[in-house]
Amino acid sequence: MSQLRIEASTALCQLQDGGRFGVRHLGVTQGGALDWVAMRWANWLLGNALDSAVVEIALGGFSVVAEEDCMLALAGADLDAQVDGQAVAPWTRFNLGKGQQLTLRQPRQGVRAYLAAPGGFQGEAVLGSCSTVVREELGGVDGQGRALVKGEVLHAAGAIAGQVGAPNRRSHVPETLRPVYADKPVLDLVMGAQIGDFSGTSLFEAFNRDWTLDSRADRMGIRLLGPQLMYQGAPMISEGIPLGAVQVPPDGQPIVLLNDRQTIGGYPRLGALTPLALAQLAQCMPGATIRFRAVVQDEAWREQQACLRCWG
Amino acid sequence: MTPRIEVVAVDSLMVRLFDAIDEGNMPWILAASQRLRDVFGQQLIDLVPSYTTLMVQFDLAPGEARRRILHALEGLRPDDGKAGRRHEIPVWYHASVGPELPVLAARSGLSEAEVIDVHCGRDYPVFALGFAPGFGFMGLVDERLATPRLSTPRKRVAAGSVGIAERQTAAYPAVSPGGWNLIGRTPVRLFDREREGYSLLQPGDRVRFVSVGHAEFINLGGDDSPQEAQA
Repeated sequence: MSQLRIEASTALCQLQDGGRFGVRHLGVTQGGALDWVAMRWANWLLGNALDSAVVEIALGGFSVVAEEDCMLALAGADLDAQVDGQAVAPWTRFNLGKGQQLTLRQPRQGVRAYLAAPGGFQGEAVLGSCSTVVREELGGVDGQGRALVKGEVLHAAGAIAGQVGAPNRRSHVPETLRPVYADKPVLDLVMGAQIGDFSGTSLFEAFNRDWTLDSRADRMGIRLLGPQLMYQGAPMISEGIPLGAVQVPPDGQPIVLLNDRQTIGGYPRLGALTPLALAQLAQCMPGATIRFRAVVQDEAWREQQACLRCWG
Repeated sequence: MTPRIEVVAVDSLMVRLFDAIDEGNMPWILAASQRLRDVFGQQLIDLVPSYTTLMVQFDLAPGEARRRILHALEGLRPDDGKAGRRHEIPVWYHASVGPELPVLAARSGLSEAEVIDVHCGRDYPVFALGFAPGFGFMGLVDERLATPRLSTPRKRVAAGSVGIAERQTAAYPAVSPGGWNLIGRTPVRLFDREREGYSLLQPGDRVRFVSVGHAEFINLGGDDSPQEAQA
């Protein structure tokens, strides 16, 4: 069994998987990897189930030492990863020999990297998932919702790569399939029911102006700064909030709601970003600018299905 | 009742059954919830009922999901009241664990004992769970108890705290920040990962609060550590 001892970590380094489902009616949030595309590629490289538990590392500051030889995979942001001072390219599988140290230092491109191990990292599944939700005290290594800390030991569910599922034939994600982290991404937004209740000017501005990511951002949501949007409809009664909802509170500055969002709420919404758009957003730094592109549900659904086929 | 089906996300639709909060909505929401679960089966990812709506998240093409929703709602009748459970939840009403008990009394012109009687005087349907795991939004409380949220929410509300916000009432399952007016505390565990169904309360259940004394509260496992009065 592969074991990694954590030498450095931050509150933003957490065990995550595909998320918690079938419990939203109980007020339990979704959780899960913010960049689900990168999580899947990291698992794909090792032949894991694509939603297996990985370490989500935001902004770096994470380091582990192998307690025995193991095979790992990295996908997502380039956080200047090194093994004993030698650079490790993202989107690859690599060996970490006993005593060797893997360090993810700081962002060079993107924000969140995903570290996978054979068979997935072991965590205490709570309500069907290992996803760490600090606020709800659910998930993580011991099930209590804690971020990873120095001194903790991570166990991989598989012994060494090849004994769990066969690792993929390729040791890297083909260039053509790797997501591109654009400087100013255009994010697809499925138009929602309240869209007609925003002022005409607001609607134009929502889709034709730049939005800047505020530093007020966490796994619950990201605030955006830009033109003030005016909602003119009736006050809303709290209702379910989907992943990626772009809600507009009275100050007119939208908030994109992410995996750890509250389950119900009463602010009007422009709609919801698509899962692919959310994966891109998860790699944007505070201060980055984005734009929204309006799409309809059917089209977004077809694009999502096409994307899912790339993992076979 | 003419339900509307609205787009909310790539894989989710909102079923809007009503336009206003009403206790009479719940039997319909419950019935629709059951029908939707039956019709979607394995293709249902999540179903989030709230005061007037049900959000359906599915693993299906949206057109097919829409057809299934329409099918599920065909000839819908309100639930006959057998589906939801009724809970009696013991509460120790006391200013040390419910600092706003005297505040509510002063506002309403009632004595503290009368405030307690009024709060315990009716069954409250659980409209929705949200805010935190197992946190049930219930109501509606008697208009005399209606009180706006604290202008500054507390950073730390003790687990089990029972509160009022406007005409809604709820109990906090775990320690959390919160802005509701606290009037007492229950020893009951509202969310327990070892329990079948995890949450004591489910949407559509009914709750009757029952006043208990300090000794019984402690016997039932209650923690009487005083609640800090302010944020």
